[in-house]
Amino acid sequence: MRHDHPARWPWLALAGVGLAALPLAAAAAKRRGREADPDSAPGHTARRSSGEYRVVGRSVTIARPRAELYAFWREFPNLSQFMANLEKVEPAGSEPGHHTWHIRTIAGQVRAVDTRIAREVDGELIAWRSTGDSEVDTEGRVTFADAPGERGTRVSLIIAYKPAAGAVGDALANLARQSPELQARHDLKRFKMLMETGEIATAARTRAEHQRETEEAR
Amino acid sequence: MRALTWQGTKKVSVETVADPEIVNPRDAIIRVTATAICGSDLHLYDGVIPSMQAGDILGHEFMGEVVETGSDSTLTKGQRVVVPFTISCGGCFHCRITQFSACENSNPSEKQDMSEQLYGHPMAGIFGYSHMTGGFAGGQAEYVRVPFSDVGPIAVPDHLDDEQVLFLSDILPTGWMAADNAGIGPDDTVAVWGCGPVGLFAVQSALAMGAAQVIAIDHYPHRLELARQLGAETVNFHTSDVREALMEMSGGIGVDAVIDAVGMEAHGFAIDNMLDIAKQTIGIGADRASALKQAILAVRPGGRVSVPGVYGGMTDKFPLGALMEKGLQLRTGQTHVQRYMKDLLGMIEEGKLDTTFLISHRLPLEQAAEGYRQFRNAQDSWTKVVLKPGG
Repeated sequence: MRHDHPARWPWLALAGVGLAALPLAAAAAKRRGREADPDSAPGHTARRSSGEYRVVGRSVTIARPRAELYAFWREFPNLSQFMANLEKVEPAGSEPGHHTWHIRTIAGQVRAVDTRIAREVDGELIAWRSTGDSEVDTEGRVTFADAPGERGTRVSLIIAYKPAAGAVGDALANLARQSPELQARHDLKRFKMLMETGEIATAARTRAEHQRETEEAR
Repeated sequence: MRALTWQGTKKVSVETVADPEIVNPRDAIIRVTATAICGSDLHLYDGVIPSMQAGDILGHEFMGEVVETGSDSTLTKGQRVVVPFTISCGGCFHCRITQFSACENSNPSEKQDMSEQLYGHPMAGIFGYSHMTGGFAGGQAEYVRVPFSDVGPIAVPDHLDDEQVLFLSDILPTGWMAADNAGIGPDDTVAVWGCGPVGLFAVQSALAMGAAQVIAIDHYPHRLELARQLGAETVNFHTSDVREALMEMSGGIGVDAVIDAVGMEAHGFAIDNMLDIAKQTIGIGADRASALKQAILAVRPGGRVSVPGVYGGMTDKFPLGALMEKGLQLRTGQTHVQRYMKDLLGMIEEGKLDTTFLISHRLPLEQAAEGYRQFRNAQDSWTKVVLKPGG
C-alpha cells in the first residue's frame, strides 16, 4: 500500500531511506577508472548507471557572468523561483549551509527535506546532500565554468538519488513524465530563462491562466 | 474578444475568448489592425503538424497598435508595430548571433520536450503554431499578448499603410532569407519551386540581389503570371518536364541555386510522391518532399539549395547521393525575422519593394474560416488573404 505520495520533484521523492557511499564521488571514480578509455563525456552521460543510485545531469550555457549565476544559486531560497515543485527553501537552524527544502507532492502536500552543503568552491561549485535524519537520500552538485568566447557560463547540474522502487519505480516515473532527468532539465532551462531574460517563458494569455498552469506544473 | 480558432483537421471557427493580459514584465498587448493567413497555416488546417489542440488561436502574421505594456517593455501605447512570427528573447546565445528563430528562451520549458526529441534541439516559440512551438495564441484575433516586446516588434511610420508593411512579420523576410540562403549574387541563375507568397517574394528578392535569371515553377497559371510580372521566367510543371526545362533554360549548365518554397505538402505526380501522399493521409506521416527532391536533381554541381518551405518530420528516398556527389550546399530554417526587418522596412519606405501586389482578398476576421477554405481550395486566385479584426 502506498501511504506516502511521491513528490513531483522525484529525484528527491523517489529516493529511499538510508545513506550509502557518496554516489557522485563514486561515479567520478568510475570515470577515472576508465582512463584507458578515450572518452571525455561526463560520467552522468554513461549508458549504464551504476549501483543502487541513479545519476542524472544536464548542462546549459547561460549568457551571464559566472559570479552572478553562482551568487544567485548559492542563495538557496532563490531556487524556488525556477524549480517548479519547490515551495520554498529556508535556512535550518543557525548552522551555515544547512537548509530545509519544502517540496510539493502530487497530492498537494508539502514534504520537508533537510540538506547540508557538502562542498563549495567560490564561483565554481556547490554540492549539497540530504542529512542522515532526512527521509530521502540524495545529493546534488551544480558547477559553473567559463564558456568559450563570449558565450557566458556553462552550468551543469548533477543529481544522484536512490530510487525507492528501483528500476520499476524509475520506469513508472518516466511514464508519468516526472522522471528526475526531465524535471532537472526543465528546472535548469527555467534557471537559464530567468537569468538571461529576467522572466520565465509562458504561453498563458491571462494571469489567471498562468496561475493555473504554475499550479498544475507542481 | 473574437479570435479564429483551430477545432480539428480542416475545421476552424471564429469564437469569443477571454482578452489577453500582461503576464510577464516584457510583454505588450497589441490591438490587431491587420493579420494574414499564411501558407504554413494551411499545414495546420490540413492537420499535418502535430501537437495542435482544439481552441488554439491561429495566426502568426499580424500587426497593430500597442494598447498595454508590461513594466519592462520598451514600447509605448499608441505605437504602430509589426510583430515577427518567431518569439525571441534577444539575450541567449542564438539571439546574440542573430539566429533569432533558434531562441532558447521563448518556448516554455515543458513544451520543449517534443521538438527536442524529434530534432535533437528544442524549437523556439512561434505565435499560433502548435504546442511544439509553445502553444502561444496567435494574431488572427482582436488582441494578442506579445512576449519580449522589447525585442521583436518593429515600429512603422504612419505614412505607410498596414498592407505595405504587414508582410514584414513573416513572408517578406522569409522570401528574402530564402534568397540570402541561396547565396544569390550578380549573374546567378536561380530556380524557385512554388509561386505562393514566399516563392514570389523569393523571386523578388533574388532579382533585387542581382540575379541574371530567375525561373519560377508552379502549376497555377495566375501565380505563374504574378511571377512573370515580377520579372521571372516560368515553368508549369503540369505541362513541362521541369528538370529538362531548367537544363535547357540554363544553357545545359543547370541553375546555380534552387529554392524550395513548397515544403511538406508538395503536389506532384512522381510515384514516390503519390506514395508519400498515401502515407501522410493514413497518418504514418512521411513529409512529401517532391519539390525538394526535384530541386536537388536540377541544381548544377557545386550549386546551392535553399529551403524556406516547411517540413516537420522525415522523408523517404531523399537524393542524398546527388547532394554529396554534386557537392551541393544546403541551407534552410525558420526565418530570423528580426535580422532582416529593419533593412526591409527601409526598402519599402524607399519604394524599392512593394508587397501589396500579392493581396487578392481582404476579409473581416469574422469571415476567416471562409478565407481558410478558399485559400486552401482556390489557390490560383486566392493568393493572399488579409483579415481585418473589427472590420
